[in-house]
Amino acid sequence: MILNLLLFKATLLVYFASTILYLISVISLKDKLAQYAKYALVGGFLLHCLTISNRWLATGVTPVASFHESLSFFAFSLVGIFLLFELRYRTVILGAFVCPLALILMIGGTVAPRQPVAINPVLDSWWFPIHVTLAFLGHAIFAVAGIAGIMYLLQERMLKSKKFSALFYRLPSLDVLDSINYKCLTFGFPLMTMGIISGAIWANSAWGGYWRWDPKETWALITWFLYAALLHGRLTVGWRGRRAAIFAIIGFLSLLFTFFGVNLFLSGVHSFSDFAG
Amino acid sequence: MHIVIVGLSHKTAPVEIRERIAFPPNAMEEPLQKLAALPAIAEGLIVSTCNRVELYAASKDPEAAVIGMRRFLAEFHDLPQTELEKHLYDYTDEAAIHHLFRVASSLDSMVIGEPQILGQIKTAYSYAVEFRTAGLILNRFLHKAFSVAKRVRTETGIASNAVSVSFAAVELARKIFDRLDNKAVMIIGAGEMCELAARHFLNNGVSKVLVTNRTLDRAEKLAAELQGRAIPFDRFPDHLAEVDIVLTSTGAPNFILGSRQMEEIIRRRKQKPMFLIDIAVPRDIDPKINGLSNVYLYDVDDLQEVVQANLKERQKEARKAEGVVEQEIGQFSRWLENLDIKPTIVALRRKLDELRKQELEKTFGNLKDLTPRQRKSIEAMSNALLNKIMHRPIETLKNGQGDNRGENYVDAVRVLFDLPEPDAGDSEIKPLDSASDEP
Repeated sequence: MILNLLLFKATLLVYFASTILYLISVISLKDKLAQYAKYALVGGFLLHCLTISNRWLATGVTPVASFHESLSFFAFSLVGIFLLFELRYRTVILGAFVCPLALILMIGGTVAPRQPVAINPVLDSWWFPIHVTLAFLGHAIFAVAGIAGIMYLLQERMLKSKKFSALFYRLPSLDVLDSINYKCLTFGFPLMTMGIISGAIWANSAWGGYWRWDPKETWALITWFLYAALLHGRLTVGWRGRRAAIFAIIGFLSLLFTFFGVNLFLSGVHSFSDFAG
Repeated sequence: MHIVIVGLSHKTAPVEIRERIAFPPNAMEEPLQKLAALPAIAEGLIVSTCNRVELYAASKDPEAAVIGMRRFLAEFHDLPQTELEKHLYDYTDEAAIHHLFRVASSLDSMVIGEPQILGQIKTAYSYAVEFRTAGLILNRFLHKAFSVAKRVRTETGIASNAVSVSFAAVELARKIFDRLDNKAVMIIGAGEMCELAARHFLNNGVSKVLVTNRTLDRAEKLAAELQGRAIPFDRFPDHLAEVDIVLTSTGAPNFILGSRQMEEIIRRRKQKPMFLIDIAVPRDIDPKINGLSNVYLYDVDDLQEVVQANLKERQKEARKAEGVVEQEIGQFSRWLENLDIKPTIVALRRKLDELRKQELEKTFGNLKDLTPRQRKSIEAMSNALLNKIMHRPIETLKNGQGDNRGENYVDAVRVLFDLPEPDAGDSEIKPLDSASDEP
């Protein structure tokens, strides 16, 4: 576990460096720094990959069983998804928003208790990794959508009010931000749907019931409906731009509550203590 | 050898003076030849644009050159020198280098960062090359200036952000649509302003143009020019849903596009964003429209403000650019100083003497049983040989000082014998490469 701790800390450090580089590059408009920031992030991602697989091998349990592991896995998915987006959109500034978020998740991960938890043998099946991977990929994609939504609102407000701050020159165009929103939705929604379905199947095989209306399930469903409404609005009524951006932000907040709030304030089969019991 | 600049610019002279001493571009041979024939001047070059007229020269006697060039400007244009004198500035050596680097980097322009000046200097240089009035010094000087300008352009944001209303409109459109190549523009009112802005949009990839005007004739004419399509004025609202960008400048006293109408159009477009640019005074488009979602309305004042903000941004970048220019001066002025004959001869002697001593040591190492007398005579022989070899080149170098080829010889000797820079602390300096990154 010492090795794992070291790997985790190293990953955190590299993400930290990358965040600093991104922020400096955005403030100083030096594109070269953003390149280095990206290299650092790729390095951090590989290190993170190592961290997670090391933990998986060491504990023998999919490393999303504890809060610490979940935060780490969330950050991992976020960085991975961002790097994929980077390939397509080349928006430096997105990194300056995503990277700090990943860093915060990782810092949260250092605060949460780090010792591995035993998982109830009833729950230990292949559905576990499938369910969490799908769910977290969806989370990460919707996080990017939410961030793009914030960026959209900032940029739109400047274009409407005709008062431009330095950020105006650095933010991508409304069109790019809106198409990020759409892309995220088209990839994120199926992932989230499959995440929920796989969870239900897993629940059925473990407990003999698909759905129990525990708080996490309820909130996941609420979030799912939000995104379903957005997708529907986009495809049929022509929702886009500002409204889509706001929806993506609300959706992400709801998702964050599903992830954090439910674990911290409400209890149910999904809270981490339950895994142990 | 010294570099001398005499001239005037928009900063020191009003347009009435500038236009009288401008040199017509199709008749550069005569003034260039006359400039180069002035007594104290070895090489000459003339930059003449609507904002500046400057004479560049390489000279051994900068004071005399300045006097000669000032007189030349007045005499050539038949102006009383007293009248011209107060508008003229002159620079020599480092100040001159600084000046040209700033001018070429567009730091001295009326609109900072405008790109034309570099092209104009390149043209001026090509005339000087064509009429053989530029030699080693000005060649190197101008090439260096071009590479400094390039560095400034790539390393600072001095040329970014539009500083004209029509460019500002294009840039705003990019911030909304990202790419303009699949976008359509409608021009309402075939006025000059609209036409100019429309051309900017076309140059930036817009593919479809609709033109409407109260008199269809004019609309058809402009549409033909822009390879677009004319539509009758009373039908234009029907086509609004097809276009992404609207430019209006009609003489209409009232709004020709209202909020309610626009709402309907946006709905028909399924909320695809629209960018409306109202250049008319009084305005053509109801300003309330800017409150609708996915519509962005800019009038002339809004665009002016964008331009002002961009200018401020450029000034910030200009400060960075000044730093780049400062950095580059030292390198070039060292190269210029090295063209002096004395340090070159000293360096040449030292270099060859070192070689001689090394070889002597080797020889003495192999021939250990030489008597002191023998050693002495070998040493004397090597000295004599060295002096014999160096005699002709040094004579030629010294004689070259009388005419203008001297610097060429000095430069050649420095390169052929790989002589070190006097200021050995700076390892980056390579006299030959410094100017070669620009054709």
